[in-house]
Amino acid sequence: MSEAKMNVSTTAGSGQTTGRTLKINILRFNPQEPDSKPEMVTYKVPEAPNMTIFIALNYIRENLEPSLQFDFVCRAGICGSCGMVINGRPDLACRTLTSKFFLGEITLMPLPAFELIGDLSVNTGKFMRAVSERVGSWIHDEEEKQKDLDALEERMDPDTADEIYELDRCIECGCCISACGTMRMREQFLGARGFMSVARFHADPRDKRSDEDWYEVLGDDDGVFGCMSLMGCEDTCPKDLPHQTKIAYLRRRMVDT
Amino acid sequence: MRYADDMAPWPAVRRNGDGMKSLLEDQVRKSRMPARLDFIQSASGLALALFMWVHLLMVSSILISKDAMLFVTRMLEGSLNPSEEAGWPILVRFAVLGVLFLFVLHAVLAMRKLPANWKQWRTMRSHVKMMKHGDTTQWWVQAITGIAMFFFGSAHLLIMYANNDKIGPYLSSERFVHYGLWPMYLILLFAVELHGAVGLYRLSIKWGWFDGKDPRKTRKRLKKVKWGITVFFIGLGLATFAAYVKIGIERNEPGKIGVPYAVEKGQDH
Repeated sequence: MSEAKMNVSTTAGSGQTTGRTLKINILRFNPQEPDSKPEMVTYKVPEAPNMTIFIALNYIRENLEPSLQFDFVCRAGICGSCGMVINGRPDLACRTLTSKFFLGEITLMPLPAFELIGDLSVNTGKFMRAVSERVGSWIHDEEEKQKDLDALEERMDPDTADEIYELDRCIECGCCISACGTMRMREQFLGARGFMSVARFHADPRDKRSDEDWYEVLGDDDGVFGCMSLMGCEDTCPKDLPHQTKIAYLRRRMVDT
Repeated sequence: MRYADDMAPWPAVRRNGDGMKSLLEDQVRKSRMPARLDFIQSASGLALALFMWVHLLMVSSILISKDAMLFVTRMLEGSLNPSEEAGWPILVRFAVLGVLFLFVLHAVLAMRKLPANWKQWRTMRSHVKMMKHGDTTQWWVQAITGIAMFFFGSAHLLIMYANNDKIGPYLSSERFVHYGLWPMYLILLFAVELHGAVGLYRLSIKWGWFDGKDPRKTRKRLKKVKWGITVFFIGLGLATFAAYVKIGIERNEPGKIGVPYAVEKGQDH
């Protein structure tokens, strides 16, 4: 484990510190460079009030290690870009306060189960697109083309709309996928993201797919019958989506199909 | 698919063709078999877990008295007057065969979930260590205890099949001490109780049995119940284990081995 030089003279943002120095271990590896080998590197970061992992990472990149790779866009838990393994659990860097870690030591690793771009950056987009195509994450309606586009859309029951909205809150951060033991062991497994997507379109009355159609997506050991109910998805989802109940629901529906 | 029939005039080849046919059909429309297998795995696991609880409650009758254990044994052998008369031990054989069938069925189906090669094993091991997540770690415990039961559970069932007429306060204790099987029973106690309690908890999550209005709260409660049940049955099991070992040590002398409790009492075995 190598150790980068410590810089305690400034802090990220306001210049205020909590007086604590964080020890941040980052698994560094760049698959694009032939000589690169996976290595755990430790950085010492002066903690600022209300500091998030995301802010700490920016501090490292600005002051200690300009080549550090990690993703972010919104900084508010909406875009799902900054998913990473934080002290063993997948979570969003922008929503994780450093004050949560009592001992001040934080270990960061890239999300497993995704293609590694470099350091903490992974290609979730490629995976999410494949899931979307596999599930058919769009409204399927044979008669859609004959519909009058100028006519008002049919009204939807508010409870149904709420349920769809609830399931649509997924930000595709990939935490559920990395937290899933089944997914880690079996790469063809659909995973919680896929199940949430199925549940979303299954609940939508505009989607005309029948349970028989859904069985073609879910009905094998790569689908819902492969889920071992380890609940990693349920316990790490930053958006608190109802993985537990929806996967159980899909399983019951598919067994009855 | 016609081609399998056209190309396979011999019965054996024709049968092989049928297999190929179903594989190709699966590409057109998914088989319903995975759904059935998932359901049967759950149902057989549920039956076995409930059976094991009843089993432990029955064998723990030794904690009340030797007579209580003899009573329970005879009752399960179908005796109409268990305090006085023996039943039909052949019934034990049928029961063992029934449990063995369920056991093998469940093991074969659950085996599909185990890591299939070293890479999967290593990945899962590293995942368990990384996550430090209760439900994931307990799956690992289930896998290890499941593998242990493959061997020791089968051995126990076959021993009971062969010794169907040698169940009782003394003869059962002999198996612990005189025949030296106490390590097997100890391993089985922990394996069964951990595997069964985690399995039942997982079943209720998997099928959403007790979701109620707040499934997350229910899950927390279920976890507490699971631990309570595990501690209760392991505690009861250890006490029962100690009772049989104690009797086994007392009876481990020439002239006492092989003498049933009922005979010592002056009754027919």
